[in-house]
Amino acid sequence: MDFWPTLYVFVLASFIGLGVIRRVSRLLHTPLMSLTNAISAIAVVGAILVTGGDYPLRIRILGAIALFASMTNIVSGFLITDRMLKMFKTDQKRGEGSRS
Amino acid sequence: MMYGISQFGYLVASALFIFALHWMNTPATARKGVYAGVAATAIAIGVTWAEPSVVHHVWIVLAIAAGFAVGVPLSRVPLTAVPQRTALSHAFGGAAAGLVGTAEYYLQLSEAPAHLTAFRMVALIAEIILGYLTLTGSLMAAGKLQEVKWVPQRPVTYPMQNVINLLLFGVTLALATAVTMHPTAAWAPLTFPIIIAMALLFGVLLIIPIGGADMPTVIAILNSYAGLSAVAMGFAIDNKLLITAGALDGSSGLILAIIMCKAMNRSFTNVLFGAFGQVKPVKADGAEAKIYKSETVEGAAQVLEQASFVVIIPGYGMAVAQAQHKVRELYDQLKKRGITVKFAIHPVAGRMPGHMNVLLAEADIPYTDLVEMDEINPDMPQVDVALVVGANDVVNPAARTDKSSPIYGMPIIEADKARSVFAIKRSKNPGFAGIDNELYFSDRTWMLFGDAKNVIGELVKQLAGGMH
Repeated sequence: MDFWPTLYVFVLASFIGLGVIRRVSRLLHTPLMSLTNAISAIAVVGAILVTGGDYPLRIRILGAIALFASMTNIVSGFLITDRMLKMFKTDQKRGEGSRS
Repeated sequence: MMYGISQFGYLVASALFIFALHWMNTPATARKGVYAGVAATAIAIGVTWAEPSVVHHVWIVLAIAAGFAVGVPLSRVPLTAVPQRTALSHAFGGAAAGLVGTAEYYLQLSEAPAHLTAFRMVALIAEIILGYLTLTGSLMAAGKLQEVKWVPQRPVTYPMQNVINLLLFGVTLALATAVTMHPTAAWAPLTFPIIIAMALLFGVLLIIPIGGADMPTVIAILNSYAGLSAVAMGFAIDNKLLITAGALDGSSGLILAIIMCKAMNRSFTNVLFGAFGQVKPVKADGAEAKIYKSETVEGAAQVLEQASFVVIIPGYGMAVAQAQHKVRELYDQLKKRGITVKFAIHPVAGRMPGHMNVLLAEADIPYTDLVEMDEINPDMPQVDVALVVGANDVVNPAARTDKSSPIYGMPIIEADKARSVFAIKRSKNPGFAGIDNELYFSDRTWMLFGDAKNVIGELVKQLAGGMH
């Protein structure tokens, strides 16, 4: 495996992350956290490979638990982020939007 | 061919994740960000599942179904419980990384030991240490936030705490180095679980000395760890999507932690190793001489009616009392009279970054009236009434004036500069950090003692009654 390109990706992605996150509205820091929760559950990729591969049973059990944990984060992370964001309204939109 | 398709899918997903976070820069586009994130994750799952090496589909379907079964209820928790839900999901993220790392190590060991290069071992070890540490650390944090009985709420400290932690860390590092150098030695598969156990223990030890008021920073740091463990997994299985997404998450946690630290005028090391709240006992001398002036709800309602500019300063106490909906009613009553009402939000108010904003948005208060500390402070001298709802340290003038105070230097919302202050407080005890608040004894301050929800409910009744 080639180490250098991978490290490149990491460093550049970190810079993009710092630049993008710095601009996130402070109002939205709580939804930001639940969104990044869901995004970092991308570990699901590793979990699927381990769970679905033709490997010994104990390995696949570890993978299945990891897959369950990541999937929980993906589902609850995106759902709760959207639920919170729906609540942020401006003065005009207030009232016409549904009060959930 | 398949390789090209899956790599292309991962690339598209990486780009979508960046857009997802970019769209969070304003509430107007933020929901688009969620959809981009969902699309990216769906693509990533799709192309991974289609890999020829993936053959046990039933297992995957079952695990995904179980994830939905737990994830959907977890997304419906009351918004006051969002900090503990967030901590819990960091724990899940850490667990996933730790388990995959463990599986990878034993798999390679038995099937292809040649794959366990020094580089991959470093990545795997980093993955499991970060993963398992995040697992127990976040569980402890969630327990503290949920106020679970057997998790101590107050910071737990003991002699030589940092020395012991450092020693444990040193031992873990030594074991990790040994396994990295000789991943296939006979003792390596037995040493690996010891490293796991140490990481699990370390997560607990890191969190027990930390008090509730420091939770916003700690949650942000754990967020960063969860991201970095995904990065390490990306290095271990050579997947650039994992590295990109993990790096985004890691930098997000880092930035939030920095913002929280700045808002408390403290350093990372001080939050992690300082054991706030144990620093010094409250000075007993002079405390008896100070007297609170309390005010009746009727009196407070009259003053509010006369005001033209009211600033409401919410704190964790508002969340505890579930008072946000009553606060909205008060907001409506004041608005009806043409009074300008703003909410002053301190970055560390509540138990996680942005906690107050979400609660107030839930109560249907337009986000355009939620103002950051730095923006509201210059206006504070023009404010007729500052109403403090369950906030304490974030309005304590000792942060500006008292060099001996543990919160000295922390930026605060300058409620003391307003023409008059009403502070709603449950009891006469000092706040979480155990620090006396000068603001309550100021001659411009009147106290409204009682549960925040009841007091504000009474205020609303008074104002509504006088409207005819």
